[in-house]
Amino acid sequence: MNVLLVLIPVSIVLGGLGLCAFLWTVRSGQYDDAAGTSARILLDDDGPDEG
Amino acid sequence: MTTLSACPACAAAPLAESMAQREIAKADVILSLPTIHCAACIGTVERSLRTMPGVEDARVNLSLKRVSVRTRTLTDAALVARLRDAGYQAHPMDSAVLDNGNDPEGQRLLVKLAVAGFAMMNVMLFSVAIWSGAADSTRDLFHLISAAISLPAVLFCGQPFFASAWSALRVRRLNMDVPISLAILLAAGMSFYEVLNGGLHSYFDAALSLTFFLLVGRYLDHRSRRTARSAARDLAALEVHSAHKLVQGSTQTVPVSDLRVGDVVMIPTGVRVPVDGTLISLEATTDRAFLTGETAAIRSIMGNPVQAGEINLGAPFKVQATAVGADTTLRRVAAMVEMAENSRNSYTALADRAAAIYAPAVHLLALLAFLGWAVLGGDLRQALNVAVAVLIITCPCALGLAVPAVSTAAIARLYAKGFLVKSGTALERLAEVDMAMFDKTGTLTVPASKAVRNLLTPAQQAVVRALAQSSTHPVSRAVLAALPAGEAATLSNIIEVPGRGVQGLGPDGLAQLGGGGWLGADFDGPGLRIGCAPAIALPLSENLRSGAQAAIDGLRTMGLRPGIISGDRAAVVTPLADALGVADHQAGITATAKHDRLQALADGGHRVMMVGDGLNDAAALAAAHASVAPSSALDAARNAADIVILNDSLADLPLLIRVARATTRLSKQNFAIAALYNCIAVPVALAGLATPLLAAIAMSVSSLTVLVNAMRIRRVR
Repeated sequence: MNVLLVLIPVSIVLGGLGLCAFLWTVRSGQYDDAAGTSARILLDDDGPDEG
Repeated sequence: MTTLSACPACAAAPLAESMAQREIAKADVILSLPTIHCAACIGTVERSLRTMPGVEDARVNLSLKRVSVRTRTLTDAALVARLRDAGYQAHPMDSAVLDNGNDPEGQRLLVKLAVAGFAMMNVMLFSVAIWSGAADSTRDLFHLISAAISLPAVLFCGQPFFASAWSALRVRRLNMDVPISLAILLAAGMSFYEVLNGGLHSYFDAALSLTFFLLVGRYLDHRSRRTARSAARDLAALEVHSAHKLVQGSTQTVPVSDLRVGDVVMIPTGVRVPVDGTLISLEATTDRAFLTGETAAIRSIMGNPVQAGEINLGAPFKVQATAVGADTTLRRVAAMVEMAENSRNSYTALADRAAAIYAPAVHLLALLAFLGWAVLGGDLRQALNVAVAVLIITCPCALGLAVPAVSTAAIARLYAKGFLVKSGTALERLAEVDMAMFDKTGTLTVPASKAVRNLLTPAQQAVVRALAQSSTHPVSRAVLAALPAGEAATLSNIIEVPGRGVQGLGPDGLAQLGGGGWLGADFDGPGLRIGCAPAIALPLSENLRSGAQAAIDGLRTMGLRPGIISGDRAAVVTPLADALGVADHQAGITATAKHDRLQALADGGHRVMMVGDGLNDAAALAAAHASVAPSSALDAARNAADIVILNDSLADLPLLIRVARATTRLSKQNFAIAALYNCIAVPVALAGLATPLLAAIAMSVSSLTVLVNAMRIRRVR
């Protein structure tokens, strides 16, 4: 059962990392234009823009 | 922005960078692009702008249908012309009126949603271990860890519900959030007590999944409202809110709010008069259609009164202000609208009506369960356990999702069809209407001048002016009158071909203004052709708005009685009503009379949908059971309307009613589904047989059923 003492913190920390990553995507406005983002993947030109 | 960092601290640097970019972006030119809809549109718009010399960057936002262009040298007009050549309508927007694209409220909800989801997943893992047989110290450890995760999470994520419940309780009312908050807090609190005393059951997972599912509903609701709100603000930003004030012979551009009585204001061609005043130029031609519904242009001479909201059709003129701001006729109508709206706000939404039955019933049931078990069993802790189980298992989350899930799906579907739903209860009210009243001018019809102006680029207008000026034919005169004043293009060899039209040679080749047959086009009326480009038809009389006939026929087959109330002359209204097959029509009605007529219909038991665009309709729009305005409507009318039609056609009006009716039907079905779950689950909970596992299953299954049922709105045709 000692393995639990390692695994539980590890799983919580990993989940927390995922949560932080999500919070970052929210703060940097990546959900501001959901329709546009889903359409941009179809664009061919790999121009200087980030899209 | 492309590097991925997992912690907020690492994200802070690029975040600061993007904030800085946004600061500069405020000075960008923002253009509204009502017609873009796909990836190809984004590509074309961005490419055509970026290849333009002087443009540093251009970025399209498809959700908001705008493009922001970073440029130091170019004017709005140049960008609009460029986009028109690329095939897209563009309108410059006042960036001061727009929000900067941030949505703090939505971001807060999304963060809470993420935290609730994270906590729910972790706690669920421990719960599964407990349900599958973890015992003794392992179970206690898992319970404690669950408590450590869920208590802060519940307190943080449940805030929107606690706040709403508190504000309802403070005025001694019950809303849906009261039982929800009670269930969340009691479940978490009692589970914590149980855990500290080594109890067998804990409801942490139920409290968290309840929070999570309800936040999903809240977020969906917020997002669809925000899309509608920001689109409404876009419309406001399209209007000019500055005026040209004359000070000692020179003009100054000042905000309309800074004008005072006695100021002299210059009104350029095509611009709306910002104040009530007296004309001090020799004469002026104005369009009062928005104010009175009158389609003919009004000619005033020096000393005549001019009202705020009139549009200058002729040469620029000067007005001395006699009333500004809140004293103008325009604003007095707005005040009337406000009063009419207040009376409508008494409408109770479906969700609130359901909550009014549901909340007391659940509280009573939980209380009875507690009292019953306390008296019969004599064990207070057991009794409290049962009461909490009842609170949780009565599926408040299915009830909380029932209306938002359906209305979000419906609003998104309507938005794709060009309808902007501004009011939360609009769809419910629209589903109940049995009569449809239409305004004529600007609603069922489109004025010719506007049509011609929108059809032609400034360069083409200049060519038309040059050709039309050189001819005395009545059609040429009419075309000229429909155009805003401006420079004429320089053409050579202008000749009039009798019975055909006028032609001349310009930089783009032969320019012809004349009958469609002469231009080799398939329309009969007058048209314009420049070089080898296809001919453009120029509509001259007031035109029926596209889809008007289809809308009226469609509404009639759905059981709605159509009617027309117009401020225009009977000579114009009667033929139009006959052409559309509308028997119930009235002409020459003032704004107050329109309002009174709707009030009378409402008193007679009718539920009327009003479709109108003018200032004279605003009070009627607010007094109607539900109201619709085209996007070309005056600010006041758009504000008073529940729904704004963004595209130029009325043809989808019957679909709007169908979707509204389906929304109410599906919401009620969702309540029925939730009630059905309650019929099964509540007796189990009352018997004290509910386990946390059963609660979790009941909650997830009922929420998912409700969400899936809501998606059926997409299939309404």
